[in-house]
Amino acid sequence: MLANHNSVAAETNKPVILTRNATKEPKSIQWILISIVLLFLTLFLVVPLIAIFVKAFEKGADAYFAAIAHPDSMSAIKLTLIVVLITLPLNAIFGVVAAWTITKYEFKGKNFLITLIDLPFSVSPVIAGLIFVLLFGLHGALGPLLQNYDIKVIFSIPGIVIASIFITFPFIARELIPLMQSQGTSEEEASLTLGAGGFKTFWYVTLPNIKWGLLYGVILCNARTIGEFGAVSVVSGHIRGMTNTMPLHIEILYNEYQFSAAFAVASLMSIFAIITLVIKIFIEWKTDFKSSKVS
Amino acid sequence: MKKLMVFSSLILAFGVLAGCNSEKTEGEGNSKSVELLNVSYDPTRELYQEFNDAFVKHWKEESGQDVTIQQSHGGSGKQGRAVIDGLEADVVTLALAYDIDAIYEASNLLAEDWQKRLPENSTPYTSTIVFLVKKDNPKGIKDWNDLIKKDVSVITPNPKTSGGARWNYLAAWAYAEKSFNNDETKVKDFMKKLYQNVEVLDSGARGATTTFVEREIGDVLIAWENEAYLTLEEFGDDKYEIVNPSISILAEPPVAVVDKVVEKKGTKEVAEAYLEYLYTDAGQEIAAKNFYRPRDEKVLAKYKDQFANIDMVTVDEKFGGWKKAQETHFNDGGTFDEIYQPQ
Repeated sequence: MLANHNSVAAETNKPVILTRNATKEPKSIQWILISIVLLFLTLFLVVPLIAIFVKAFEKGADAYFAAIAHPDSMSAIKLTLIVVLITLPLNAIFGVVAAWTITKYEFKGKNFLITLIDLPFSVSPVIAGLIFVLLFGLHGALGPLLQNYDIKVIFSIPGIVIASIFITFPFIARELIPLMQSQGTSEEEASLTLGAGGFKTFWYVTLPNIKWGLLYGVILCNARTIGEFGAVSVVSGHIRGMTNTMPLHIEILYNEYQFSAAFAVASLMSIFAIITLVIKIFIEWKTDFKSSKVS
Repeated sequence: MKKLMVFSSLILAFGVLAGCNSEKTEGEGNSKSVELLNVSYDPTRELYQEFNDAFVKHWKEESGQDVTIQQSHGGSGKQGRAVIDGLEADVVTLALAYDIDAIYEASNLLAEDWQKRLPENSTPYTSTIVFLVKKDNPKGIKDWNDLIKKDVSVITPNPKTSGGARWNYLAAWAYAEKSFNNDETKVKDFMKKLYQNVEVLDSGARGATTTFVEREIGDVLIAWENEAYLTLEEFGDDKYEIVNPSISILAEPPVAVVDKVVEKKGTKEVAEAYLEYLYTDAGQEIAAKNFYRPRDEKVLAKYKDQFANIDMVTVDEKFGGWKKAQETHFNDGGTFDEIYQPQ
């Protein structure tokens, strides 16, 4: 996501220079480029999105709301929210701690640590899920121990939460590290020399500086947690009304020929995504506003 | 930060709630209500939906106890694997005996002789393998040898993960053995040609069906008979029709109570009653209505128009039982690995 953002910024920089050098650049090229982008977005984004809603409402609004109010759907929505509510704060804490460690201290193996944080981005979600089956499964490394205390991890909610945390923990750290790097340590040092304690410094100096970055990371993390399919699918056990998150429930409905119901739940997820997008835009606007004021 | 505080108190709240919940369910073992988890294979979704409702009523009348039945569906091999890894199934209702044997072998969760504990090899209903083609059969598919024609595109799931796919494979093999007088090179050549025509190899039977009917890929779907009839019911017989091959296989999807799980959860009695209910008239009737061939002669006679008379081999007679069939054909280095080359 971040890389995307950068490349967009880089592309928008270029034409500015071009138009200055060659103001007689034919308008037609501009229009062609714009229409290509629009066409692409329409084809790959807008049309599928509309298709979801059309299919969801195919059997009327009553059927739509009945599909969402179905106990199995409600339980999938509830489970997804529980997973999000546990995953986000834990990852937020981890993200801040990791970013703090990496940007404020000097130590050996720092680059290695950064690479490790990136690992979930490069590991396939299915493999991530299987790792936890190997660890917590009945015949896994910790399986017999868990069995002794009658603790269920795999094929129940803890397993789904653990898999979701694994998949999404880089998002917040990755968002904060460059931000805190660019801010440096001078403000904290100033605060400390003026006599503020460590926690006070964090609370009044660091946190206000990173809060938009943190929120941005939380939102990306949120979107991914809601949508995660692969890793969760491996550890879920697919028990109807118990261990199905929204994406898994959509697959089940689709496989049971309940296409409208599947797309009804899918449309709900799309609405989540759109809300996320709006908040993201708002935060970007806020941070841009702030940074332009600073410079 | 306030948000974080709110979040963490929410987690705590949820933690407490979850704790209460799990205590409640564990305490429920023998008193008021009870929960069963049935881990099943792909195409039985509709069957068990109907059957579970009937059993819940029956059990309430019989014992006064409320029972809730949870379902999990997927490719048969994959589901067996999940039970081995700790998915706490009270009962397994899988596509073929080998997948339950595998649970015994890998985990000892049930006894070796599980298949002898219920009548008819613990198989309350059977099915067979047929072809589903588009209306009016545009490619003129009548039998297995039509599937190896150059211009025919076949849909069948992957035998490594799907139980139905393994029945499909063995049915085709039985046909080839019969037509080539057990000449193994010719049989393998036939199988090779057949799987060269496979356009999509899904991981489960239901996935293969949606590939064929929703994504409209392929000319013929090799499918469970029950799955083929269900498709006609869902999508209309003006779109698809069923072709019965000259020879097919008697598919026996077995059921079993998972001993270690029911002992732990205290659900032995209700789990056994659940499976036995499949053999009653009511259970057999529901199976027949969902296009599974009932074992009970009376019920079968009642629904006989629904099931075509197909010449069927059995896995025990033709392939020496599932254990042997699995080793020869589907384990690593088996005949499937030999004949299957992705396009």
